[in-house]
Amino acid sequence: MNGHRLAPWAAYAVVGAGAIVMLAPFYFMFVFATHSRTEIFSLPPPLFFGDDFFNNLEILNRKLPFWRNLGWSVYVALASTALTLLFCSMGGYAFALFEFRHKKALFALVMATMLLPTFMNMIPTFMIMDALGWIDQPRALYIPGAASAFGIFLMRQFVMSSIPKDLVEAARMDGCSEFGIYWRIVLPLLKPALGTLGLITFIASWNNFIGPLIVMRSPEMYTLPLALRSLQSPVNTEWGALMTGSAIATLPLLVLFAMSSRQLISGLTSGAVK
Amino acid sequence: MRLPAAMSLSPRWAPYVLISPFLILFFVFGLGPLLFSLVLAFQTWEPTAGLQAMEYVGLGNFAFALEDEWFWKSLGNTGWLAVVSGVPQHLVAIPLAVFIHTSFKHLRDGVIGAYFLPYITSTVAIAILFSSLFSTDYGLINVALGALFGGESIDWLGAPENIKPAIAMIVFWRYVGFNVVLYLAALQTIPKDLYEAATMDGAGRVQQFFHITLPSLKPMIFFGVTLSVIGGLQLFEEPFILTGGRGGSDQAGMTTAIYLYRMAFDFNDFGAASAMSWLLFVVVALLTWLTNRAFAPRKGSA
Repeated sequence: MNGHRLAPWAAYAVVGAGAIVMLAPFYFMFVFATHSRTEIFSLPPPLFFGDDFFNNLEILNRKLPFWRNLGWSVYVALASTALTLLFCSMGGYAFALFEFRHKKALFALVMATMLLPTFMNMIPTFMIMDALGWIDQPRALYIPGAASAFGIFLMRQFVMSSIPKDLVEAARMDGCSEFGIYWRIVLPLLKPALGTLGLITFIASWNNFIGPLIVMRSPEMYTLPLALRSLQSPVNTEWGALMTGSAIATLPLLVLFAMSSRQLISGLTSGAVK
Repeated sequence: MRLPAAMSLSPRWAPYVLISPFLILFFVFGLGPLLFSLVLAFQTWEPTAGLQAMEYVGLGNFAFALEDEWFWKSLGNTGWLAVVSGVPQHLVAIPLAVFIHTSFKHLRDGVIGAYFLPYITSTVAIAILFSSLFSTDYGLINVALGALFGGESIDWLGAPENIKPAIAMIVFWRYVGFNVVLYLAALQTIPKDLYEAATMDGAGRVQQFFHITLPSLKPMIFFGVTLSVIGGLQLFEEPFILTGGRGGSDQAGMTTAIYLYRMAFDFNDFGAASAMSWLLFVVVALLTWLTNRAFAPRKGSA
């Protein structure tokens, strides 16, 4: 314990008040999800749960192909997670345990792609998807980012710290094929890291807005964030339904976070905290 | 699984096969299109007209961007937002991290979770929620402010002078917890005997904070501020949702990322939009380099 300990109650009060500010918006998102538009916009605004949830859901389904949009979100997030785990574990393993020509330069290239700002990708992404005829195709959302630099980096760190090179060498001596080493030895040992990367990838895909905004043109192909945004209009926005949709988009994240917050936090800050 | 001998890999080639997905995706979806956007920055072109309709205009697009009032306005908005949403994150996250580090044991994970949660949630859902919380007549934020301080309701999302502060508050709320976690990690690496020695020498808590904690956190402050600057200059989703995708009245909430999106997808000018994206890229690179220089430890002191 170090020296500058404020009176603990002061620290508790400050940190606790801050935590309430952090969590309050989530509470109101779920409260508003159970109220009609007129109730949300009345004085005082509702502070407790109401009984309009199913009503809002019905409006949502009238205005949007809501279940379809939700289905695409799930589908894209799962496909993106599966592909990312495969490609990043391959890349991370190669960079951690192999010596090959141009390894340093190639790894620098991987790292450099991490620094590229998102806005630089908007126009190029549209161009290539348009050229490939992938506009309105879900694969436009889960293929391009599947060999993410962050994932390769995370996997490389994990392989270096927990898979001894001797183990791989021994398997090679015993006549195990290169594919067999990756599939039967490396991949099972990578499980904890795959869990972390899987969670992060799923969440990133679930929340992705710019990607679908660029490549999805028809409302039936929208993922949830894009579908919700399309409900916003200068006049007559169905706020109750919009809140219900937002709450449904948020709920899986809260569940995942509750189950694995430590793993998620350390994974997401692992680039920064060695 | 048994593979035919011809398909089995030698250890010499295995690494290249293993990194081939990265290389293929990088060249097809990353570098290739990026270089094309650089070419595009020197052309005039609408995507509907087909590739042969492209016409070389030299620096025309850059000249257009630099003479465009809205482009400059968007750069101003972006800079304002990066600073006003970024700097307070660190001013608040550092003391918070110190409080949590020194005074929390049992509740530590829960508290950190509460601060970190906004970082992982859907920006769109959050921005939608905040657009109702910020609404003028019935929004919870105005109702709370009215109950506490009285006075007139603030037109957060309608009046040009209020949009940016509203966006900055949301951005602050989303990212402050991420920084708390960064600083907590850095605090754990400070040797405890430094504080013990300082206590022996009669240094008070405040003195210890300024003479031990803050200097030890310097590398993390540098790293965190760099991340905030880079992130702030890319702001897109929060202002996009809050202003209905149009930038708000008087374009007060229009960041450069939103403007170049609109230039391409609303106004169909892909050449100008590409030029703007490269100009913003230069700004980001330059500022990253500058913060690097400003914070980098001088030789000998590191």
